[in-house]
Amino acid sequence: MQLEATSIFKTYEKRVPALVDISFHLDQKGIFSLIGENGAGKTTLVRILCTQLLPTSGSAMIDGLDVVLDAKQIRERIAAVPQEARAVPWMTPVQTITAYLMYRGYTHADAVQRAIDTIRKLGMEKIENQKNRKLSGGQKRKVLVATVLASEADIIFLDEPSTGLDYISRKELWGLFTSMKSERSIILTTHYLEEAEELATSIAILNKGKLVGFGSMEDLRKLSKYPYSIKVSSPNFEFDEDTGEAIHLPDGVTQIFTYESNVHKLVNNLISRGLRFSVQEISLNTIFENIIYGGSNR
Amino acid sequence: MIRHQGSQIYASILVNALYAMVNYPIMLVNTLLAPLSILAVVTFATHGTLLPVAAEGALIMSMVGSGTAMQGDLSHLKNDMRMQDMVVSSPTGPGIYITGMALSQIVYSFPTLVLLVIFNILFVHLTAIGALIVFTDMATIFTFAVSLGFFLSTLSTDIVQSWAFSGILSPILTTIPPVYYPISYIPMPYRYLAYISPTTYAAQIAQNQAGFTTLTLVQTAAYWSILLLITVVFGYIAIRRSRWRDI
Repeated sequence: MQLEATSIFKTYEKRVPALVDISFHLDQKGIFSLIGENGAGKTTLVRILCTQLLPTSGSAMIDGLDVVLDAKQIRERIAAVPQEARAVPWMTPVQTITAYLMYRGYTHADAVQRAIDTIRKLGMEKIENQKNRKLSGGQKRKVLVATVLASEADIIFLDEPSTGLDYISRKELWGLFTSMKSERSIILTTHYLEEAEELATSIAILNKGKLVGFGSMEDLRKLSKYPYSIKVSSPNFEFDEDTGEAIHLPDGVTQIFTYESNVHKLVNNLISRGLRFSVQEISLNTIFENIIYGGSNR
Repeated sequence: MIRHQGSQIYASILVNALYAMVNYPIMLVNTLLAPLSILAVVTFATHGTLLPVAAEGALIMSMVGSGTAMQGDLSHLKNDMRMQDMVVSSPTGPGIYITGMALSQIVYSFPTLVLLVIFNILFVHLTAIGALIVFTDMATIFTFAVSLGFFLSTLSTDIVQSWAFSGILSPILTTIPPVYYPISYIPMPYRYLAYISPTTYAAQIAQNQAGFTTLTLVQTAAYWSILLLITVVFGYIAIRRSRWRDI
């Protein structure tokens, strides 16, 4: 999928700017994740891209098709699960998926067959004929994701699909997304940063309607001054300040941010002192905090 | 892939009528109760003399109720379920969606309509042409009600607002106007107020065909014109106001 956004602005009726000059270019399959705090503009941007909302100005193209002018052709290829979408409580999972597929133009017989096949593929056969209102929050979300998964759409929009779910349910959804990403392009908004880090091939960071970071994890790490983090299980660990910066975490751990060239030196130092430690490339969490809150690691 | 428009229409009928009827049969009582209860009250209160008029009136009420109920259903599926957004981002267009939703209302009311048609066959004696005119009359008032329902759905932001609209529309359009009784029962000058409601014209046309009231040719033409004009105006407003894609 090629996705090209050019100077998108969106201002709602009360003159609140929701998106300000959003431009980026994406050319890949896999998962593209939009992250940001509540109100950052993630949903607005996704709704514009999946042809549910008009931009105030600017344009977006999906595989050369304009989301405003060529919406009809784009809708042939996309499927979306909006934020706050709910499975109709008095319908069953099979009925939910069947109806959605019929909206996509499948015959009733084909839709029912695909619905049953998808449900079984996802291991949900025990609940296939239960009313949605009897399902857990995670199961209801899986049903909604299953509707688009069952379709032929090759570009899938999922707006905060895992919000409010417990860790296990989230992991189950991640499994679903991973199974989809080899064949389709997924645009996923989330405010679980570990979700984006785990799943996404590319990530866009939005803050107050502006695009403040874009690229792969590798690209985003380059935005940070120090690309590595070493956590040392010692509250009073002292080190040469030329090698990086340290913060003392409340759980008695010292976190050191450092350059790649210093990692070896620090590790040898820690081994010689017999301290327990772990070395990681800095996480999206740290990158996000640095970008949004302007931390020192920038 | 080949996309079937019939399936896209049928999807709305499934979601908004058949699945609801299968999963919650008790909901059918709701559609039966309103027209039949007024029919019963009018029949008992008039010792059966107004049963034929009320049977026609019940049919009008059922058509109007079905059409205006669409505003609650559309609002529910758009605002509460976010299902309409899923449909927007799919190959189904607004015309197909609204057609399906309108037909779903007829399907949902089908058991009631069958019962009322039987009542009308038994108690209202129409010629073949008269039956055709009454059918056209019912289709027109249903189109008006659907347009009104669709228009109101664009105004409501949640289901509570829709319930309020339904509560207001039902008495204004079907209980108070001379739908279940002849207009001559309303004393002057209040009778003029009845002409504010489009259902009055639909009822007068139907009652004229059954011989319960007598309209001149000019009156008949005028009533049809007014009914069609109101339907077209509301249809136009609904289409103009409706936005498949938000702004």
